[in-house]
Amino acid sequence: MDFRLGESSETRRAEVREFLDAHMSLALEERVYRTGVSHDEDFTRALVERGWMAPSWPVEFGGQGLDPEEMVAVGEELRLADAPMYGIGTTMMVATVVLAVGTDEQKAEIIPKALAGDIVIVLGFSEPEAGSDVAAATTRAVPDGDEWVINGQKMFTTNAQIGDYVFLLTRTNAGVAKHKGLTMFLVPLRQPGVEIQAVFTLSGERTNIVYYNDVRVADAWRIGDVDGGWHAMTVALTNEHAAGFAAAIDRLLRAAESWARTTTDDDGVPRLEDGTVREALGRTAIDLEVSRLLQRRVAWMAATDQAIVAEGPMSKLFSSEALSARAQDMVEVVGPDALRSYFDPTAPAHGVIEHMLRFSLGTTIYAGTSEIHRNMIAQRGLGLPRNR
Amino acid sequence: MDLRPSDEQLQLIDAFGALYAKESTAERVRAAEPLGFDDRLWTQLVELGALSMAVDEDHGGWGASLLDLELVAEEHGRALGPAPLLESQVACRLLARIEGAAAADLLAAALTADRLVTVSPRTAASGTLALVPAGAVATDVIVRDGDRLVALPLDGTRTVPVTVGSQPLADVPVDRSSLASATVLADGAGAEVLDRALDDWLVLTAGALAGMAERAVRIGVDYAAEREAFDQKIGAFQAVGHRLADVATASAGATLLAREAAWADGEEPARRAELAAMAFSFAAETARDATAVALHVHGGYGFMLEYDIQLYYRRSRGWTNVLMSPAAAARRVADRRYGPKGAT
Repeated sequence: MDFRLGESSETRRAEVREFLDAHMSLALEERVYRTGVSHDEDFTRALVERGWMAPSWPVEFGGQGLDPEEMVAVGEELRLADAPMYGIGTTMMVATVVLAVGTDEQKAEIIPKALAGDIVIVLGFSEPEAGSDVAAATTRAVPDGDEWVINGQKMFTTNAQIGDYVFLLTRTNAGVAKHKGLTMFLVPLRQPGVEIQAVFTLSGERTNIVYYNDVRVADAWRIGDVDGGWHAMTVALTNEHAAGFAAAIDRLLRAAESWARTTTDDDGVPRLEDGTVREALGRTAIDLEVSRLLQRRVAWMAATDQAIVAEGPMSKLFSSEALSARAQDMVEVVGPDALRSYFDPTAPAHGVIEHMLRFSLGTTIYAGTSEIHRNMIAQRGLGLPRNR
Repeated sequence: MDLRPSDEQLQLIDAFGALYAKESTAERVRAAEPLGFDDRLWTQLVELGALSMAVDEDHGGWGASLLDLELVAEEHGRALGPAPLLESQVACRLLARIEGAAAADLLAAALTADRLVTVSPRTAASGTLALVPAGAVATDVIVRDGDRLVALPLDGTRTVPVTVGSQPLADVPVDRSSLASATVLADGAGAEVLDRALDDWLVLTAGALAGMAERAVRIGVDYAAEREAFDQKIGAFQAVGHRLADVATASAGATLLAREAAWADGEEPARRAELAAMAFSFAAETARDATAVALHVHGGYGFMLEYDIQLYYRRSRGWTNVLMSPAAAARRVADRRYGPKGAT
């Protein structure tokens, strides 16, 4: 057995760190927070120049052919730095789906622009009445000649206000089982009938409600078969389910360690000397290690072509729940000063602990709630009967 | 990265797994209560090489890695092995690290099973060595006395309490004169040597607890997949399935972390001690929670002695707390990361 990432992964890690030293700053981190937009043109430009828009893609498709272990190292560093990657993440996730199930014309139109950082693609899955049960979507797409007419409403379309396309989940057949009547489209966002309404969230991230009123889209923008949208969704969600929040726990731990080393109690003793503080730091370090291992296991299985069953959900479930629990612990351990907010000039460790408390709440909800992941683990991993 | 044990390790797992399947059945585990010692299992473990594998060729063994031992410990925990495997392996590794004839002689006697040597994680400051692991069946216990390490023969008075985990523990009265006349294994650096042994112990116990948790989850899942209530299998209720999913997830993490900690013993020395404490703390919490959830899933049957899950519940508490609590292990993680209190 070998628990180290390969040597090449550590090389990639060093390269990413060097890149971040040059292109990431506290000012940029603050701007991302204040605007709520995890996307930055200069940063994206630099990433494109470095050839890192799709590092895992094969070289012939414009990637760098990095293996899953190398991608673990790259992802850990980018997330640890809280680099503005969200817009790039959704764009490349959809580009990956286009590469897998799109037509030649779609690939020719989308892939080069995505790789060049010229377009932002956002996700239109959730609806007011369909969150975790995303296949219950009711946004309608009705054929009209070689076009489709779309009516409905989507929730949590982050970056819609700067987006070029939305990867939209629509209902094209209401007379069959819910998974079998869905169709995916890549809909240009800047057109009549698309109305974007800002929604502000606890972590500071801005997201949106998007209304679609008689929005017309050419059939050429359909991704996958008519009524075959669930397949394209599965391709997209498989990537999401392999997620984990080890890097966020790492951010929390580093901030807490910095606070404990630099703050003293009323007697002038460093807080790092306090048994309660030490126990909370120890537990956070343990949860970080476990989160890392569960996440790396998924990468290792992917790299060795093993079927990933419950391992992805385990990584997402454990790390998001651990992040929430440890952020709460840390706020209690730090005491009143933990109330000082992220980027408030008076906050310890520039308020990362306070931010992680708020940020953690979303992690157990988006990309499948903890309950959805527990269902997957119980049914697919443990073989328990389906629940009702 | 390679998370699969080697072919040799898989053979090792198979060999010990087969032994436990035959010689450490639930019936035998029950029959060994309340002492928690099965002589026949112990003899066969020694014959299979459970002790000689723990030390290198120079000391008469075959030099298995701590990871090899950890993989065996998982099997031990899965089967709730009523034998002082971990205690003896830890003692042998400790003796092999010490120079001198006294340690060499005791090690040789331990490897041939002429003596059964254990280690006390506690000192005799109060006049009693309390709850010595394997103390009820061992012939000798290694104790720290100030900065010395001594071997005390356990031929005098000892009290064997009945304990929740049915372990062969003993309270041993120790006065100054018995410490003064005991065989000196190391005259200096005793604390360091003992601490190193404790790290081994934490890793191996983490492996055993991870194995125990994994089996407990399986027992709970099997029951939930079969038992019906309100016209469906109870495993279909999210109130049941989700709790099992949580402990199954923790169990996977505990196994990975125990293996990583054991692997680090040879491969990543800078993190060895930190990972040992991490692995123990996490596996202890996991076994604690997994056995409680699996027991609860059984409803009233889980409360009956007849069902095996209670054997797991009780040992998860016993095997953990005879060493240290998960919280104490978390503080030990901090000691390893930041230096002991007072050193920051």
